[in-house]
This record gives sequence, C-alpha cells and structure tokens, in this order.
Amino acid sequence: MVDEALKADLQKRGIFVASFEDLYNWGRKSSLWPLQFGLACCAIEMIATAAARFDLARFGAEVFRPSPRQADLMIIAGTVTKKMAPLVVRLYNQMPEPKYVIAMGACAISGGPFKEGYNVLKGIDRYIPVDVAIPGCPPRPEALLEGLVKLQEKIQAQRLFGPNRARHTDTCEAGDYPVPTYGAHDLEPPLNPQVFQPAPARKDLE
Amino acid sequence: MNVTLDGETVVKLQPVFGYLHRNHEKIAEGNSWLAAVPYTDRLDYICPLTNNWAYTLAVETLAGLEVPERAEYIRIITAELTRLQNHVAFMGFILADMGAWGSALMYAFREREKILDLFEALTGARMMCNYMRFGGCRCDLPSGWLESAGQLVEGFPAFLDEMEALLTGNEILLARLQGVAPLTPERAINGGLSGPILRAAGVDYDIRKVDNYGLYSRFKFRVPRGRVGDCYDRFMIRVLEARESVEILKQALVGIPDGPVVNPKAKQRGFRPPAGEAYGRIEGPKGELGFYLISDGSDRPYRFRVRPPSLINLTLLEELCLGTKIADVMVILGSIDIVLGEVDR
Amino acid sequence: MTEILEAIQSAFPSADVGILTNPSPCAQHSLLVAGKDALDVAKFLRDGLGYDFCSNVSGVDWPPKKVREVVVRKETVDGVESEVKETIEREVPGYLEVVYHLFSIAKRLGPVILRLRTGNRSDEVSLPSLTPVWKSADFQEREIYDLYGIHFEGHPDLRRLLMWEEFTDYPMRKDYVAPDDYEYEPTPHDEILAKVGPPKEVA
Repeated sequence: MVDEALKADLQKRGIFVASFEDLYNWGRKSSLWPLQFGLACCAIEMIATAAARFDLARFGAEVFRPSPRQADLMIIAGTVTKKMAPLVVRLYNQMPEPKYVIAMGACAISGGPFKEGYNVLKGIDRYIPVDVAIPGCPPRPEALLEGLVKLQEKIQAQRLFGPNRARHTDTCEAGDYPVPTYGAHDLEPPLNPQVFQPAPARKDLE
Repeated sequence: MNVTLDGETVVKLQPVFGYLHRNHEKIAEGNSWLAAVPYTDRLDYICPLTNNWAYTLAVETLAGLEVPERAEYIRIITAELTRLQNHVAFMGFILADMGAWGSALMYAFREREKILDLFEALTGARMMCNYMRFGGCRCDLPSGWLESAGQLVEGFPAFLDEMEALLTGNEILLARLQGVAPLTPERAINGGLSGPILRAAGVDYDIRKVDNYGLYSRFKFRVPRGRVGDCYDRFMIRVLEARESVEILKQALVGIPDGPVVNPKAKQRGFRPPAGEAYGRIEGPKGELGFYLISDGSDRPYRFRVRPPSLINLTLLEELCLGTKIADVMVILGSIDIVLGEVDR
Repeated sequence: MTEILEAIQSAFPSADVGILTNPSPCAQHSLLVAGKDALDVAKFLRDGLGYDFCSNVSGVDWPPKKVREVVVRKETVDGVESEVKETIEREVPGYLEVVYHLFSIAKRLGPVILRLRTGNRSDEVSLPSLTPVWKSADFQEREIYDLYGIHFEGHPDLRRLLMWEEFTDYPMRKDYVAPDDYEYEPTPHDEILAKVGPPKEVA
C-alpha cells in the first residue's frame, strides 16, 4: 500500500497512484447500468431523475438497459405485488454478476402504505438481497441520487481478494435465488429464509 | 399482454392485468373516510390532484356538503394544471413508445417539473399531494403562488408551440400515427371509453360540460373532437385540450375570489356521512374518474369502488390492435394513455 | 326514476323490477332487477331509452347479519290485556350484489343505477352477464368474478382479472382473511402500545 501522504503529494504533480482494486472499483461504480424497469409511482420519479432537471447522467448511470443481461443495477421502483414478485426474482437471477439492488420507496422496502393489502409483498428483501434502501413515498429525485452515491461508495469499498471479498468474486457462491410460485392463498414459499429472517413476534400481542 | 402473431400481424391479443394490484379498495374499506385521500393520490400517480377531487366530490355528494367558492377555484386551477402536466407527459411517453426515447421526453419533463414545483409550493409534495379535503382544500395558497402560476400559464403556449414544431408535422410521427387503429363513435361508446380518446373518436362528451361539477359552467372553453379516431387524432386531441386548459387557467387565475378554503361545517377526522350511497365522477385527464361509495353511517366506507378510466379504456385494446403490425401495438397502447396504478389499483 | 320504471313495466309487464331508495342527500335511487329479467331490461334501457354508456360496474358483498328488532306483543294475563316488548334476533341472509351505473351520452342523462342480487353467497352466485349489451362491462365483470366470486353467465371470457389463476379465495368479500405475513417492527410507540395492551377486535 502506498503511503497516503505520498499519494497526495504525487497527485499534486499529476501522477496518480492507485491500487488495481481501486481502479477497478472506480470504473465499475462510475458506469452503473440500471435495468429499465419500473413498477409504480416511484418509476415516474425515476424517469424524472433521468430526465432534464436532475440528469442522472452526471453520475454515469443514465444507460437504462431494457435487458437484464446487460444491466448491473436493479432499481426496484415501486410496490412489488405478490403477482409481480416471481418475475422480479427471475429478472434478478438473469442479471450477470456483479449485480446490485436499490429498493426505492417505502413499498419496495416494506410494503409501505399498502402493507395491509392482500396482494402486496411486504418488502422485496424477503426474496433477494438489497444493497441500498431509499425511504420516501415516493423518494424525491435527489434522494435517488443520494442512494446512487451511497451505492457507489459501497462498490468503492468492496474488496476483490481476501476474506471479506465481494460476493461476485467468489465463484462458489450462487447468484441465483429461488423463484417463488403462485399458491392457492399466498406465494410459495412466502419468503426466502436464506436472505430474510422475520423478526421475533411481539410478546405483548401473544 | 399475450399477443398471438401471424408473421408480424396481430391475430389475438389478451392483456394480462394485476401486476400492480395494490388492493386500494380493500384498504380503503378498512380505514377511515379521511384516510382514503392519500391513497387516491397513488391511483393515477401522474395526476394526484384530480384523483383527490373525484373522491372528495363523491363524498360531498354523499353527505350533501357545500364547497366554498375559493376552494372551487383552487380545485379548478390545480385540476387544469394536472391536466396540462399529464398531457405533456403523454406527449413524451408516446414518443418514447415509438422508439424516440430521449428528446421529446426531456422537453416534456422539463416543463412538467415547473408544474410540480407549483404543486410542491402549494401542498408540500411533488407527486403525492394529498391536498383536498371534504368540503374544500387543506390549506390556502401561499403568497406569490398565483403570480408564479400566472407566469407559467403565460409561458405555456410557447412551450406547446415548441413541442408542436418538434412533433406535429414530423414525417415519421405522421407515418406511425395516421390511420393506425381508427375507431367509430358507436364502438367507443359501447366499449365504455371516456375522456380524450372518446372525444378523439368524434363524440362530444366532456363531463366538465355535462355535469357542470365545480364551477366549470362559469368558464369559457371549447371541447375539441377528432374526426376518424386514429392514433393521430388521439395525439392531437391532447395538444388541443392542453391549449383549452391554458384558457381555463387564465380565466381562473384572474377570477379567483377571496374567502375560506374549506367548509367550516365539514368534519374531517371521525367524519361520518349519513347512510346511503353516491356515485361522483369528474373529467380526469385520462377519462371519467368516478368513485362509488356506500356508507352505513359508520366512520369507514362500507364500499369504496374506483371507476378506473385507464382500465376501462383498455376494453377495446384487442379490437384496435387486431390486424395491425406488432410494432403498432406499443403505439396504440401509448395513445390510449394508461397508468398502471389505476389499471390494477 | 319512476318514469323509467313505468317505461320498463309497460314494455315488460312480467318483469320483476322495483325501486330501491337511497337515503343520502344526493338521492341517487336505483332499480332492483331480478336476474332472470336483467338482460331484457338492459337491452331495453340501451335501445329504448338511450342509456348507451355503461360507466361503472361494482360488486358489493352483504354478509348475513343479525338484526335486533323490538316487537310489541299483546298478552292477556288473568283477563288483563298488556303490551309486552320483546327483542327478537333475526338473521338476514347474505347476498352479493352487482351495481351498474348507466349514462346516456346523446341525451346527457344519468346516472341510472341497476342492481342485481344473487340468491346467497355460496352456491347461488350466478347472474347474467351484461357484457353482450355493454362491452365496457367486460373487464369489470371479470374483476368482480375475481374478487367477489360472482359467476356471470354469458360472459365471453370469464377468468380472473387481477389475481393469479391458482388463487382460490375471493379477497374483497368482507369475511376474507389475508395471509398473516406481517413482521414485527420496533417503533417509538412500543411502550405506549404495551401499556394499552393487545388491540381489540373492531366490530
């Protein structure tokens, strides 16, 4: 590792020193390609973020891809219904590694205002891992930008080697998650225990 | 949407719904009358204020509540602004459906942001306004709001001209829209279509004129109509309606009186309308938006039914698409102008 | 509304039609039509009276309920006649209801409200479909079939509209119980909630 003071000193003279890891991560984080995939109200704010005033292109993430095979970021913008959930998981499975998920809005995080609904999934984190959650109903475009920057920070900090390395560098770990099926009353299974453990039930309600 | 093709020609088309079925009706029936207002925002999430109005109008019909004059004016102003931004967004989206993802949408959203700024100044939220209340509106206009709304309305025709210069005469747009999926007035009425696409088919029916709800009878505006009901008529009707909305806004911004913005007799929290039922409807930007409410005298609706224009306007989708090419299906769908939050609720 | 009823009765003397009054200030009364006559009445409303636009179709669930009534009974005890008040609990059977809101585009009239009722909520849930008369009822009747379980006879394509095909419940009915998949989330109100105790059943 290069000494930080020396690094800064060299930088002033126009010489940039970086580890391969930093360079690699810098490249990845600066050109995230989101999946062009909107579910509900938040999708309109996502379009607004990409459009004239907020201009997502400033953060290198304006290339919305219509195919999951070409995308590395899934912005779950809106309510995930139980009818939609298997399709979301399938799209996630089709994305190549490394892949990231932003849960945008209260609905995608927990069901939000529609939590009482019989057809509403209470958070997409029941089936797939979520990297960044952006609260709001819907989150303002600024909040989506903030979430994107947080994701970029997370990518920058990922290690490629060693014990805590990122998931996609480990070939042993599967990037696939089981797709739930439609049941007679609910989705089967109602959650994926690999990624989601329900909190213990409230004692005072028992 | 399941489409069966013969070569590139559509021979069967079955829309599949329900991927955004968020149980609005069930949730509203379990909550208080007032708690349903923010949910209506999320029905047609491009135009929350007209949804608010349709619901409050239905409740006011049910309970026989009067609305003060200033509140009626504010409702008309916000509804027409909503119509403007919906039609502007429509112009962007239909171009995106044609494959021109980019320019038109950028122009449209630039203008839409200005209207959203006004909504934010008034209600505190860009999209989910939650503004109208039984017998009026939640709060009065902030100072200077009318002036900035006036500026926007003054500048709007110039934007529409710019948009038209970009789009209306464009050769590709004409080739993609003209003569695609024409519709007769009889079929349109029988299929329950409403709003701009009903008028594009040549039917003179605007609920603002027919029901005279609010204070629309005081305003002078024309109801544009199409001649053949093809996709091009459906596109142009929105441009013309936007121009008429600008006219209404000009009159409303001048004529708005002083006074209270909410009926002091109307109770909001713990509101209990008398037992009975009512159907209230308005001319939403997408069509007839109605609410059918049944009250059993308690503090929550017994039945809360939304008449979703987006869903019912899709009734004739298969009929329109049969015999067209697969590439036209997206354009036809875009020309109907749907919002999925309202289709599936 | 009475003129419409008279017109229907003169056209179909045998039809079982009545007016259901609405106590609300808006006084939107409705026509209650028996299922067997619904198709005739609907065609007459469309072709004879010009109600060509069927705007809204909604289902309503009326579960069986217990009604308490006070009945006054005369009793003679030892030659003295006296009035005795007695409370009787009577069960009103439940039924499902479909409500059609009709408008006339040409004459600018409406709404005319048409109501059809099923026999009960379990096995007699068939009603004639009005989709052949008004195409606009197509998706809405499918939605009611999906969410309320009313079977529309004569509907061209009666499938579930919003829920998936494998789903077996009718979630908009009042007695539907949603799957319990809530999770506990700590909130700042927990202490207050603990003091109040478990939530009471809301009648």
